[in-house]
Amino acid sequence: MFKWFTKWFHRLGSPPHFYRIAGLWLPWLSGLFGILVIAGLYGGLVLAPPDYQQGESYRIIFVHVPAAWMSLFIYMVMAFCGVVVLVWRMKLAEIVLISAAPVGASFTFLALVTGSLWGKPMWGTYWVWDARLTSELILLFLYLGVIGLYGAIDDKRVAARAVATLAIVGVVNIPIIHYSVEWWNSLHQGPTVTKFDKPSIHWSMLIPLLLMALAFKLYFIISLFQRVRAELLHRERNSRWVEELIRS
Amino acid sequence: MSLSEFFNMGGYAVFVWSSYGLTLVVLVINWLLPYQQHKKTLRKLKRQLRQDKQIDDTST
Repeated sequence: MFKWFTKWFHRLGSPPHFYRIAGLWLPWLSGLFGILVIAGLYGGLVLAPPDYQQGESYRIIFVHVPAAWMSLFIYMVMAFCGVVVLVWRMKLAEIVLISAAPVGASFTFLALVTGSLWGKPMWGTYWVWDARLTSELILLFLYLGVIGLYGAIDDKRVAARAVATLAIVGVVNIPIIHYSVEWWNSLHQGPTVTKFDKPSIHWSMLIPLLLMALAFKLYFIISLFQRVRAELLHRERNSRWVEELIRS
Repeated sequence: MSLSEFFNMGGYAVFVWSSYGLTLVVLVINWLLPYQQHKKTLRKLKRQLRQDKQIDDTST
């Protein structure tokens, strides 16, 4: 089993293999993403009833929460790749790390802005400097830091290792974001889904929320695959497999 | 529920629809940019290959 896994892992790490597999998967992933988004939007915007306190404004939840979850998830993916980069010097992990950063930054940006657009009608303000909002803003800066640092170093293998270190150190922010609403007083509400109790949200709202979360996750994979393919092609432009690909 | 009621979002239309609109814009950009980057790199490499071939042809 372990032998099989290491073999699979090594094959996956080979650039031509990954390039080909990702290319094969992309149309299927995109189709599935489309179905999930349509189902999620229909469930969230049409089928789900208005909230008894927040009325229709709560429907922002169906983009806000999945975006916020993705902002944390993608950072964890980056940090994991960072460990692989530092320990095994795996080239594909370097490329996945740096390709994930713009998608993560985008979702963090969306979580912040949609949260702000939700905060204005419900809290009466677009922004407060409380723990949840501030730590999420720091997350955005971490993503931008990763992108900026990678761009600033010319030798991309050196750049990848510097960025890996930054990504790993920044992980300390992730539990702070998650628990911020419990550790500190905040305008932001506590967790409703990711807690050990039963989720305190009705299934008519929970199902579209989970559908959108799944759709966003697929979107991340699609965008990541596209970026990785582009970057692989660029980095390996002098290699044999790229030459064969161009010729065919 | 009528269509205008749906778009009105109980008076929160500005907040709800700008959230969804912005999400759409950001996701489309994130999809489009790497797609174009990929095509650009492919085109560039193909052009280089053609040029290399021409050089080979003239030198022999």
